[in-house]
Amino acid sequence: MVYTLLFPSSWFYGKRIERSRLSDEVSLWPLPQQFQTSPVAFKLSASRFKIVHAPGSTAGPSCSLLQNAFRRYFKYIFGYVNEQGQPRSRVFDSELRELQVLITSTDPECDAYPSLKTDESCKPSSRVFVVLGLETFSQLVYEDDYGVNNINKTSILDYPRFSHRGILLDTSRHYLPLKVILANLEVMAMNKFNVFHWHIVDDSSFPFLSRTFPNLSQQGAYHPYTHVYTPVDVKSVIEFARMRGIRVIAEFDTPGHTQSWGKGQTDLLTPCYSGSSPSGTFGPVNPILNSTYDFMTSFFKEISSVFADAYIHLGGDEVDFSCWKSNPDIQKFMEQQGFGQDYSKLESYYIQRLLDIVSSTKKGYMVWQEVFDNEVKLKGDTVVEVWKMNMVEEELQNVTGAGFTTILSAPWYLDYISYGQDWKNYYKVEPLSFNGTPEQKKLVIGGEACLWGEYVDATNLTPRLWPRASAVAERLWSDENVKDIGSAYSRLEKHRCHMVRRGIPAEPLFVGHCGHEYSGL
Amino acid sequence: MALKMFQAQIKLLRFLFLLIVIYGEVEHVYGVWPMPQQITQSTERYLLNPRVFALSYANDSMAQSGCSVLDVAFKRYFKLIFPDFAHGTGGPGFTNIWSEPEPFTLVVSVRTGGCEGYPDEGSNESYNLTVSARQAALRAESVWGALRGLESFSQLVYQDDSSAYFVNKTEIEDYPRFQFRGLLLDTSRHYLPVNSILSTLDAMAYSKFNVFHWHIVDDPSFPYQSSTYPDLSNKGAFHPMTHIYTQSDVRRVIAHARLRGIRVLPEFDSPGHTLSWGKGQPDFLTPCYKGDVPSGSFGPLNPTLSSSYQFMSDLFKEVTSVFHDSHVHLGGDEVDFTCWKSNPKVQAFMAKMGFGSDYTKLESYYMENILNITAALNKISIVWQDVFDYHEHIPKDTVLEIWRGTPAEIRAELGRITLAGHRVLLSAPWYLNHISYGQDWRNAYTVQPQNFSGTEQQKELVIGGEVCMWGEYVDATNLVSRLWPRACAAAERLWSNEKKTSSVERAFPRLKDFRCTLVRRGIQAEPLFFGHCKHEYSGL
Repeated sequence: MVYTLLFPSSWFYGKRIERSRLSDEVSLWPLPQQFQTSPVAFKLSASRFKIVHAPGSTAGPSCSLLQNAFRRYFKYIFGYVNEQGQPRSRVFDSELRELQVLITSTDPECDAYPSLKTDESCKPSSRVFVVLGLETFSQLVYEDDYGVNNINKTSILDYPRFSHRGILLDTSRHYLPLKVILANLEVMAMNKFNVFHWHIVDDSSFPFLSRTFPNLSQQGAYHPYTHVYTPVDVKSVIEFARMRGIRVIAEFDTPGHTQSWGKGQTDLLTPCYSGSSPSGTFGPVNPILNSTYDFMTSFFKEISSVFADAYIHLGGDEVDFSCWKSNPDIQKFMEQQGFGQDYSKLESYYIQRLLDIVSSTKKGYMVWQEVFDNEVKLKGDTVVEVWKMNMVEEELQNVTGAGFTTILSAPWYLDYISYGQDWKNYYKVEPLSFNGTPEQKKLVIGGEACLWGEYVDATNLTPRLWPRASAVAERLWSDENVKDIGSAYSRLEKHRCHMVRRGIPAEPLFVGHCGHEYSGL
Repeated sequence: MALKMFQAQIKLLRFLFLLIVIYGEVEHVYGVWPMPQQITQSTERYLLNPRVFALSYANDSMAQSGCSVLDVAFKRYFKLIFPDFAHGTGGPGFTNIWSEPEPFTLVVSVRTGGCEGYPDEGSNESYNLTVSARQAALRAESVWGALRGLESFSQLVYQDDSSAYFVNKTEIEDYPRFQFRGLLLDTSRHYLPVNSILSTLDAMAYSKFNVFHWHIVDDPSFPYQSSTYPDLSNKGAFHPMTHIYTQSDVRRVIAHARLRGIRVLPEFDSPGHTLSWGKGQPDFLTPCYKGDVPSGSFGPLNPTLSSSYQFMSDLFKEVTSVFHDSHVHLGGDEVDFTCWKSNPKVQAFMAKMGFGSDYTKLESYYMENILNITAALNKISIVWQDVFDYHEHIPKDTVLEIWRGTPAEIRAELGRITLAGHRVLLSAPWYLNHISYGQDWRNAYTVQPQNFSGTEQQKELVIGGEVCMWGEYVDATNLVSRLWPRACAAAERLWSNEKKTSSVERAFPRLKDFRCTLVRRGIQAEPLFFGHCKHEYSGL
């Protein structure tokens, strides 16, 4: 994935305007791979500036994704300028009239979904990076002392270091209104994130409205009407994300983290026992019943058609064995299968069957690291997500050593908060610092910033996530040598003001101010 | 015939309905946050219909229609009591067709007038509230107590699943444990738009806070636009036009606070924390020296020049006339002596005054002068504990505020300050700008402000406390969610009986409910733990 910003011949050239404080005015986040700028500045006029398809581009006005992106970024660039009637006739000495967008690949993919493959192909033009290039262009535009929009003569060649740059949001522990999800997709685009990992259900609630099993949300959501995601909601999230080059990977975590599933689906969960009688509480998914697998087959058939992405996240983390251990039927099953007292074998047995079910839907899958650790047999294209803080490097070494692709989220649990500038810790992480061959390192395809929902809902999500996640964004996008904290601080401070200017309540890094403070109270 | 049958049916339905009202299962008896001193509630509940609900003045009330504080409070609380009605969506689940609405009146009686005054030290905030069939009686000594009672009443009203409004039969006798229940905002490290301040005042009133401590200026910026010294904000604010508080902004804040029974306590911190002052006031700060030459940087205010005192006197003359409160906060914390030490003129002054090399004496000399200036303006001073630690000769009526130390050190300091006969405020355990993962409100809740060794008289000198939201990492983007509901924990500690509110576990479900009430009222209060509110926050 490469995009370039060049100087089209349609630029108006004129008197040079010397800009001495160039670095003060231009700040890009995440930093592009190659970046050259000069003091030559051009003005942009809201009444004359246009974003157009370049002659020879394989995309044209029929590409709605780009048309939308053009409008969106036009508004970001000029949206704050007072529109007062007819502009008086006035020509600037040097003015930028057009941004030409040139798509060179044979298929502009206007109607396709972004995928891991699009990213990996690195062909020098597809629509996803045009959206990213527009973001960069919009960050280059700055207001001068007279309030006029300026852009300096600049040349950029850019592509991401890692192809999977994700944000995890948890909509189970707290329900997040659609508006909040969409707004955060918008901010993700500003930070060049390209995967929305939607941890949509968990123990606390089941807000996903399934057409096949409507009882799951009817009984398992916090409220069956006000705290659910309808198929239309899900679709709008996916489309909104697609327009911004963002993949939506849904996670349906099993066999643990499924308390809320049990409310609307009888016999799905394991009844726990107290002595010789059921205690009335339930544990993980019951792995010994055929009905469980029938349910999973129908359920994931629906999921694989609702979510367009080639991958589904199947979870597989933190399975508590105590309930399984207490249940006499499970004990019997363990004996029959010859598992002895090793309940991780039972977990593997379940996951193995689940993986077979999901494979038959032609989807790839992602799993949390436990699934790999428990030696479940995984398909070659499985993505293993490393989340445990202890022995991260060893885990990366093992996972890639076994030939699996992996993404890293362990150092980026942004729900953990502390006093001060913790973004620096996220920024300093080097995902490839583990011992391994170059082939192994290539298997690390990216990472995710996770915002788990125990203490987060619509009231505090956005300022808690941004700009802290922006630190992760640059680590995953920019060259590994981009690691100077001082330079990062001054660019990130401006980037956060950019976000605030666009109406996003991104919290401050430290003492200071933005030209336009957040006013969306 | 048909009509008669219909009427008979309505009668029957109405009877059944009455049965429901009287014997119906009560799902929630909602509490009040902070917990009133005395509250008894029964399961008997009354349906409230916004169309026939009224707030009115009792005949024997000293405040009557035209009372500015209560007239607007009636309007405000009507909307808070009936949130759906105010938003024009939905309404009570029962319509006129089968239940003639029963009128309900909240009658307010105030024993003393003072509708046009400002809340201040000594304002009486006690009230009694009796909710019974068709009527609630709210009796208060002053309008400020009436405001607290209205708040409690609004929290007693709840909606069932059909959105009908109910209130249970209730008796409340209530008064605050501490007279000073403050919240500090810092508008220097980040500028807070006036709207952020106003909505903080709203939320303060919901938790019965009664002092807004406005840490208005500090090192990073000077947003207060002074009419006497306009250069202070012209040169010292982050931006001279957009990042300032004009005189009318300040008046707006004070007026908004007054209507909610909240005092506005301004802090102009000196001699440290004044870097931004120096930009607009030449020769005000101490030039630091590197060897024999000025280094170009500046330290605290220059205490050796008489012009400094003249300036402070003029500034405080203005400040004390703009801010009505009887108290003013003078800061006096964290003075760094290195710059003073480096300056030969300061050294000469030290020698002349016989201070030796004890720079705390110089600081004391300065503070004594400032305290005299404000005393001459008939204001009582509040200062940070540092001033007490350095200096024993401060006026008896000066209030000390404790802001640092381990729990043991805080207890010792409380003992020392009260033993010296000074009144004291506690803010050290309530620095809410310090954040950590999890439910830190529990720590704020279990603070015991009077748990130190001392006599009963000493304990009475603890007049209250403050939650502080310093601004290093806080601006309008995250202020509200960082402040609420964490500040509510301190609010209950400062208002309620300590014995009755000693259990964090019992407080948890109540605070969870109250947090949802705040969200319903548009305050972006963050969640305590996983779960949900019936009406989630709908902003961004």
